[in-house]
Amino acid sequence: MEKGTDGMIDLHLAVLGQFTDAIDFILHTREAQTGGVQVGGLSQALDYTWEHLKISGAAIAIACALAVPAGLALGHAGKGELLAISVSNIGRAVPSLALIAFFVAYIGVGFTNITFALVLLAIPPILTNTYVGVRQVDPEVIDSGRGMGLTPFQVVRRIELPLAVATIFGGIRTSAVNVVATATIAPLAGVLTLGDYILSANVYGDDGRLAGAMLVALLALAVEFTFAGIQRLFTPRGLKIAA
Amino acid sequence: MLAAQIAPVLAEVQIHERSGTSCIAQNKLCPGWIVDNFDRYTHPLIEHIVLVVTSVTIGFAIAFVLALVAHRRRWLVGPIVALTGVLYTLPSLALFFLLLPITGRGTMTALVALTAYTLQIIFRNIVTGLDNVPADAKDAGRGVGLTERQLLWRVEIPLALPDIIAGVRIASTTTVGLATLAVFAGAGGLGSEIIAGSNITFKTGVVAAGGLAVLLALVLDVFLLTVQRVLSPWRRARTA
Repeated sequence: MEKGTDGMIDLHLAVLGQFTDAIDFILHTREAQTGGVQVGGLSQALDYTWEHLKISGAAIAIACALAVPAGLALGHAGKGELLAISVSNIGRAVPSLALIAFFVAYIGVGFTNITFALVLLAIPPILTNTYVGVRQVDPEVIDSGRGMGLTPFQVVRRIELPLAVATIFGGIRTSAVNVVATATIAPLAGVLTLGDYILSANVYGDDGRLAGAMLVALLALAVEFTFAGIQRLFTPRGLKIAA
Repeated sequence: MLAAQIAPVLAEVQIHERSGTSCIAQNKLCPGWIVDNFDRYTHPLIEHIVLVVTSVTIGFAIAFVLALVAHRRRWLVGPIVALTGVLYTLPSLALFFLLLPITGRGTMTALVALTAYTLQIIFRNIVTGLDNVPADAKDAGRGVGLTERQLLWRVEIPLALPDIIAGVRIASTTTVGLATLAVFAGAGGLGSEIIAGSNITFKTGVVAAGGLAVLLALVLDVFLLTVQRVLSPWRRARTA
């Protein structure tokens, strides 16, 4: 790399040029590096984004359906603390690439299999946060609920769940960002998400790869900010002031 | 199609083979093959350890300085958490290739990205740890005539140590997992054995390399826990 001022300016322009080329790739189709077919362009980018959102959304929805009731039940009963907490630690230690690879090697490729792998990835933060959220509820509030004659189910539904919901959404947010990031390697398992731009650079070229990186980064940020907004929306007003 | 994909890898595997040929040819899980071919994993494992230790160490240094600055100027906590949060949100695969035009292909790119991910967790834990130091302890320190700097290094940081190391433990475990993706940045590591030439259907290889990554995460975690025990003996005395 040249040390002079001119060299630095050239470098800046070259870097900038690569990013504008990548944007051009998203907006306009071009011939694939391998020849023949047309790649890039808005409609393909939207297709891949949709596939990316579809597999991530499905995984998060299934993970919520499984982990939230389980976390509420464990938290309400005050049982299984070791399970609810250590599942997160174990989940963190298993690399997402290894998890996807394990599924591909042992179960096979395809949308359903990879959704299932992403569900496994998404469960630990949601389960742990639901459990912790319920356990954090002031026992006196629960006692007064019982005193008013609420059934155990009503205690969960009307006291523990509303007071834990902000913490639960914190867990869903962590999982969602993680799942969107991991869905980037789904093309290794035959699911064409935005990650295909990155992983198949021999088809899409360097511009396509950088375009894919930009789109995946924007998607992850969009998911993060959306869930942060939802989390704020669901935080009871009393808790917001305390925090 | 899968059979065609796996053929080159299997061919390579068979060259290395010393035992259990039929097991590998049938693509089963072959512990014997892992034992016989363990030297295949030493170099990726060392690359992996270097990536993790370097990025967590640099990340800790940066987060530590940021936390000390924010400890004096409280208004900085919000912006620093927000900024490192954005970094943490960027998927590593995307960040590698966003950095590529600037840092080029290789270890440098992977290190910058992995370091960026450690900042949020470690910074948060240091700030929380310093906030949790009992006011009584600080008053006592001031009472015996410690300056603010002495108070920080002799009272606040030692008492915050369990929280600080808890942050480093989470960061190191997370980084071990993320570093498996460093192979896409051209930085090697255990990920290169997991995808084995963009082929992830070689069962024995996936289990061996993935297992080594999990094992590495556990070993680092136990190591950091031991460091914490040694550095804060008073906690051990209290729980004993």
